[in-house]
Amino acid sequence: MTDATRGAISLQVNGAEHRIDVDNRRTLLDALREDTGHTGPKKGCDFGQCGACTILVDGRRVVSCLTLAVAAQGSEITTVEGLAEKDELRPVQEAFVRLDGLQCGFCTPGQLCSAVGVLAEHAAGWPSAVTADVSPDCPHPPLDADEVRERMSGNLCRCGAYPSIVRAVLDAADERAEVAR
Amino acid sequence: MKEFAYSRANGVREALVMVAEQENGRFLGGGTNLVDLMKRGVEAPDLLVDVRSLPLAGVREDDDGDVVIGATTTNSDAAAHPEVRRRYPALSQAVLAGASGQLRNVATVAGNLLQRTRCAFFADLSTACNKRVPGSGCAALAGVHHNHAILGTSPSCVATNPSDMAVSLMLFDAVVHYETLDGEGEIPLSRFYRPVGDTPHVETALPAGALITSVRLPRATAGERSRYRKVRERASYAFATVSVAADLEVRAGRVHEVRIALGGVASHPWRARIAEEELRGGPAVPERFRAAAEAELAAARALPHNGYKVTLARNLIQSVLTEIAG
Repeated sequence: MTDATRGAISLQVNGAEHRIDVDNRRTLLDALREDTGHTGPKKGCDFGQCGACTILVDGRRVVSCLTLAVAAQGSEITTVEGLAEKDELRPVQEAFVRLDGLQCGFCTPGQLCSAVGVLAEHAAGWPSAVTADVSPDCPHPPLDADEVRERMSGNLCRCGAYPSIVRAVLDAADERAEVAR
Repeated sequence: MKEFAYSRANGVREALVMVAEQENGRFLGGGTNLVDLMKRGVEAPDLLVDVRSLPLAGVREDDDGDVVIGATTTNSDAAAHPEVRRRYPALSQAVLAGASGQLRNVATVAGNLLQRTRCAFFADLSTACNKRVPGSGCAALAGVHHNHAILGTSPSCVATNPSDMAVSLMLFDAVVHYETLDGEGEIPLSRFYRPVGDTPHVETALPAGALITSVRLPRATAGERSRYRKVRERASYAFATVSVAADLEVRAGRVHEVRIALGGVASHPWRARIAEEELRGGPAVPERFRAAAEAELAAARALPHNGYKVTLARNLIQSVLTEIAG
C-alpha cells in the first residue's frame, strides 16, 4: 500500500485553513504540533489518559491524541491558542492566572480547553456522574467543587494544582452566571 | 502502527461494501478504543471506514414507545438525552460513570458495545494472551489479576469487559440492530456477547462485516427508579472493580419485578438472573437481597487476588436494591 495510506487534507484551526499532506496514521495531536505549528496541545501520555492534548472540535472537548488527523477534516478545531479573543483572555483563562491554577503549566492548555468544554456542557444542562438525580425534571444543580472535580477528571495535573484549578473553574462559572443574570 | 487506508462512507450500504471488499477492514467511530489499540499494535486493520458521516446519530422514540439510540450517537449525547434520563436513568448514570468527558464526547454507542474485553496483558505485546494470539496462553492467571473476572471465566481468559453503558443496556433488555449486505437483523443484548470458552478472541455474535445501526430500549423495561452504582479504585475515570445496575418494583412489601446486571465481574455485562428469580414474589428486605446475591455468586470462581470481588458484588447488590426499595 502506498497512495491509499496518505493524502492531502485540510484542517480548520482557530479559524484558519491549513492544507497539509499526512500519513493516515498521523494523529490530530501530531498534525497540530508538527504540521500546523500549534504546540499548545501537549503530548503527555499519547493514549487518551492524561488530557494534556485536549482541544475543542466543533465546540466539544476531545483528546487529540486518539483522533486521527484525516478524521478531523471538515471540523472546526480550537486549540488553547484560539481561546482568547485577540488579547482578551476568556474568564476561565484569567481565573487560572489570578488563582494560580497551575505550577509547571504543561497540563494547562488541556485543562483550559477542558474547562471551556465543562462550562458549556453544564450550561447545556448535562448531568454528571456525581449529579444526585439525572432526571430532566429535576432542577439542574449549579456547578460545585464535586461537580468540577468529576467533570475535569479526564485532565491530570502532575504538580497537583487541583485545588486552584477547581477554584478557577468555579470562579469562571460564577462569572458566567453573573453575565447571564 | 501499521499503515492503513482511510475512507469516509456516506451511506450504510456504501460502508458495508467498503468493508466487505477489503480484507481486514474496520468501521471507525470515535476511535477511542480502536485507535488506542492500533497505536499499541494490538489492532492492525488495513482499512478504516469512517462511519460518523452516516445518518445514524440521534435518539428518538419509535411508534411502540421504545427509545432508539442511533449507532453513532456519542456517549455524551445519549447520557444527556431527556428521555434516557427520565425513563432509563441507570443508563444515563452508567454512561456518565464511564471514561472521561473528552472520551464520551466522541465515543459512539455502537463503538462502546464493540470495545474489546481486555486487560493489561492484552495490550502488552510481550506477554501471552489467548485473546490477542489464540493458543498463546494467559499471563493474567499467574500475574496481576486483582481486577479480573469472577463469573463465566475459562482457563483461556479472565479479562473483563469495561463498558458501563452495556451493563445498564443489559438491565433494560436492549436490542442491537444491525445491517449486513444481506439485509437487516437484530440481536438481544443478552445474546450479543459470546461466552468465553476457548475462543476469547471471538467476543460478539455480530455477523462478519455487519454494521450496528441502533440500539433499542423497550418501553416495557423503562424504570425511573433504576440505578447504576460503580465501585472503582479511584473516584473517577477508572474501570469498575464491580458495578451494579438495578431496578426494583415493590408492591405491598413484596418484590413484584426486579432486574439486576453486574459489571466488572465477567467478559461481558452479567445479568443476575439467578438472583432475580430468588427475589421475585418474596419480601423486599435487605436480608433477602443479600441471600439472592449470594445465590447468584455461588458460581463465582475467584483467582488468588480477586476474591474480594465476590464480597463486593454481594454487598453492592444488597446496598443498591435496599436503596431503591427505600
